[in-house]
Amino acid sequence: MDVENIVKEVLKELEGRLGQENKTGNPEKEKSNIEKHVEYIKEKKVSVDNPINVETIRSAQEITPARIGIGRTGTRMKTANYLDFLIDHAAAQDAVFKDVDESVLKELNLPVLNSTAKDQEEYLMNLDAGRKLDEASVEWLKQNAEKGKQVQIIVSDGLSSTGTPETVPDLMSALIQGLKLKNITIGTPVFIKRSRVWIQDEVAKLVDCDVVISLIGERPGLATSKSISAYIIYRPNEKSVEADRTVFSNIHEGGVPPAEAGAHLADTISEMLKFKSSGVKFAQRLE
Amino acid sequence: MVNEKELKSLIENILHEMVEGTSSKTQKNVLKGNERGQAAGGESKITIPDISEVEIRKDLLVPDPYDKEGYMEMKEKTPARIGVWHAGPRYMTSTSLRFKADHAAAQDAVFSYVDEDFVEKNNLYPTATVCKDKDEYITRPDLGRQFSDEEKEKIKQHCGNPKVQIMVGDGLSSASIEANLEDTLPAIKQGLKVHGIDTENDLFVKHCRVPAMDVIGEVTDADVVCLLVGERPGLVTAESMSAYIAYKPTVDMPEARRTVVSNIHQGGTPPAEAGAHIAELIKRMIDKKASGLDLNKA
Amino acid sequence: MILSTTLFGRTYQFNSVNEVMAKANEEKSGDIMAGIAAESAEERVAAKVVLANLTLEDLYNNPAIPYETDEVTRIIQDNVNEKIYQSIKNWTVEELREKILDSDTSSNDIRRISRGLTSEMVAAVAKLMSNLDLIYGARKITVTAHCNTTIGLEGTLSTRLQPNHPTDNEDGIVASILEGLAYGAGDAVIGLNPVDDTVESVVRMFKKLEEIKNKFKIPTQTSVLAHVTTQMEAIRQGAPADLIFQSIAGSEKGNTAFGISGDLIAEAKDLALRQGTAAGPNVMYFETGQGAELSSNAHHGVDQLTLEARCYGFAKKYDPFLVNTVVGFIGPEYLYDAKQVIRAGLEDHFMGKLSGISMGVDVCYTNHMKADQDDMENLGVLLTQAGVNFLITAPHADDVMLNYQSLGYHEAQSLRELTGLSPIKEFDEWLQKMEVLDNKSRLTKKAGDASLFLV
Repeated sequence: MDVENIVKEVLKELEGRLGQENKTGNPEKEKSNIEKHVEYIKEKKVSVDNPINVETIRSAQEITPARIGIGRTGTRMKTANYLDFLIDHAAAQDAVFKDVDESVLKELNLPVLNSTAKDQEEYLMNLDAGRKLDEASVEWLKQNAEKGKQVQIIVSDGLSSTGTPETVPDLMSALIQGLKLKNITIGTPVFIKRSRVWIQDEVAKLVDCDVVISLIGERPGLATSKSISAYIIYRPNEKSVEADRTVFSNIHEGGVPPAEAGAHLADTISEMLKFKSSGVKFAQRLE
Repeated sequence: MVNEKELKSLIENILHEMVEGTSSKTQKNVLKGNERGQAAGGESKITIPDISEVEIRKDLLVPDPYDKEGYMEMKEKTPARIGVWHAGPRYMTSTSLRFKADHAAAQDAVFSYVDEDFVEKNNLYPTATVCKDKDEYITRPDLGRQFSDEEKEKIKQHCGNPKVQIMVGDGLSSASIEANLEDTLPAIKQGLKVHGIDTENDLFVKHCRVPAMDVIGEVTDADVVCLLVGERPGLVTAESMSAYIAYKPTVDMPEARRTVVSNIHQGGTPPAEAGAHIAELIKRMIDKKASGLDLNKA
Repeated sequence: MILSTTLFGRTYQFNSVNEVMAKANEEKSGDIMAGIAAESAEERVAAKVVLANLTLEDLYNNPAIPYETDEVTRIIQDNVNEKIYQSIKNWTVEELREKILDSDTSSNDIRRISRGLTSEMVAAVAKLMSNLDLIYGARKITVTAHCNTTIGLEGTLSTRLQPNHPTDNEDGIVASILEGLAYGAGDAVIGLNPVDDTVESVVRMFKKLEEIKNKFKIPTQTSVLAHVTTQMEAIRQGAPADLIFQSIAGSEKGNTAFGISGDLIAEAKDLALRQGTAAGPNVMYFETGQGAELSSNAHHGVDQLTLEARCYGFAKKYDPFLVNTVVGFIGPEYLYDAKQVIRAGLEDHFMGKLSGISMGVDVCYTNHMKADQDDMENLGVLLTQAGVNFLITAPHADDVMLNYQSLGYHEAQSLRELTGLSPIKEFDEWLQKMEVLDNKSRLTKKAGDASLFLV
């Protein structure tokens, strides 16, 4: 680029800035770098134009994560709501395709095991790959895991890499605390990368526990990509079926809060140990 | 003048209309009720006739045309799918299926590979551009013209310094190579031999775009490079092949330096005839030391 | 001008308006090949957020290619109505989008706003629209044009009858024309792509089309889609031409690759008005398509959607009767699959209408693309709902010369019958007289028999 063009560009840029300052006339914005940054704020707000009763809409928005009270332009979405939707969808997509951050794994301070899925692609496309431990992980469990405890906890990234860091820490501590209060013994909790629910059966066998519980990232929705489910089974074996697992879903700040869920799971596990069952059989016992 | 086939079909049609009052289409493509029963019972070897063998130009589906003869003459003049009739404003089932069949052939021509046995049988030395798969080949035209240093070295070793280097590329239709090459290639080689030019060490290039020939030109230092390559398939034929020929091609040379012989297939320029023509073109290029627009001027 | 935002705690800093525009685009294989596409779904949305906050003035001051170096930019910017622009330049792109979609904004309001927009603004607002937004927005904009008849009126859906033949065989071309007429096709134009681009051949083709038109007294337009210079010479030699056609690009370099310039197109229009056969005043026909600039390495690092919008800005200057995108013709390296072709078709149509031109679409695909006829039928339905002025049609959707598939004569008539639309009034009346359509513009029992015309 020659000098003349550079000067022209600088002048143009200056002109543009001056024009903007004149236009907005907002002294606050001119002060800092914020001026150079689009603030994206996700907030629930009533965007219906001239609503008859804004309070009713606001309170309706309080009781549901559904996208209501968003108004319209013509028959279509307003731009801000359209962007909100796209942003949430982008997060959901990226949550599926991203790995859990290494720093998060460090923070959780759990041993990291792996399924046989080599990458995210194989994990998504090949169910079986996510249901088996790789050899090194099997070996690690044999050597290092505490055997013969009552409960084994597994954390899985599942289909949401963002569920683990956001929800699991609170959930785990509440669960462990609850179990300890009831004097239930716990084996070494582990994190298994790219794993699906059924991998818990293999783990249970290797560590010889009574109850195995998997905390696993759910398929992300637009309302949240941070939801965790807990899958619990008593003494799984080759004949175990889906109906033998007890499931709690929708554990996240906007659903069942993690601390509350942890306490509830501890109660449930204690009952399972008493009745030596899980899943449908366990539920029938309750009636 | 009416040829034998037309006459036969005409008589068939008339007889059929007299007997059953149905159109020729019904007769050709649909099994009679009792035949279906037999086929289902597995006792008979009757199968549904190959719909791709119906000659579109001869197949008039308008049930009661105002001027049948005139219509047949119109159809004779174009490969376009006219006289296909309609169900409401939609297509008849038979032409809809034929369209799908032709599209399937075109897609398969693009997304399939030239058989390795075919490459070996025709004494072609197999090489490839840097594309890692068909998908990359199709979306990255820039990669379909590049070779790794390793491949270039192998090509150099294999080809030496020929006067004329012939190469075959899959291009956008593997089917066109398998359909035409065995007629075209010997015709080119024979034609050149007459002029005392021997060609050996022909190449086969997988994932090949036309400018790949420029690289081969630079690597082999040949006077003339001739590329036989599959064209983008249409529905009328998925088997059309082109020849791109250039005198001392170099990377990034103007497109106008290539001479093109296109439309080589059974329904276009017959493959053997095209081969002889290509050999003559090559000879002229060597004599005039030019190709493409320059050759026309020379 | 603000070029950064934070999303999910990550800051996205863009370096130029062009970068924001490119990354705000829906995914297209051509932008990926050019190395300018967003690298993740989140970055794409971040760019959309930044774009929503840019003002129309920001876009005016930062054209995709500088004013000084590019003729297309100059043509677009010099054509902007200063008064209207001044009244809207402080709008953000977000506000422009909502203004277009607002129930209180009429077709005339949008047409007025349109005269104050540059093509970059048109492209920007399309990038903030969902597919249904594009359909709904386009449907609100009525653009009519008059050559021998009027195209684009409410209640009509027109078609180009495309009778191509692999060797320009005149009888073969006529056969496809008569077939099309028998299904009600051809009210926008009977337009032939010749194989042979020589003046002599083009004169012959013009005469053949004129002969058919006069023989049956068909109220329509004719066109032979050779290079503009060939058509001009043919007209000078006495060829009867209603319309002059040319493919155009969104950059000066792209137009140079097509062998044209603004002056040449102006000269062509002038010639058509003085020596052409049409009533006018709209006598030009242009074709475009996302990716054309990239394929001739004339994209200047600009995304293909923005360049496409610039084609329409360029076209508008010459008051065309017809403009259509040949949306899936160029190949999967620009639009990878059916999803991308459908998106591009809706974008192009919306942008054309917002630019104020009589917009049609060649709904089409090639055989090395992951798409099939069902995908084209889908796009045909969507565009009909969007109020497309015209669609390209060929016998059974198969172009036997250009070797690609479009929509068929059958499709256009099916779409009319589904939505209660008719051909252009004079053409409709002619078809009823020929007993191809009934008084509700539906196919008669005789329709579909091209030999009706063999008299």
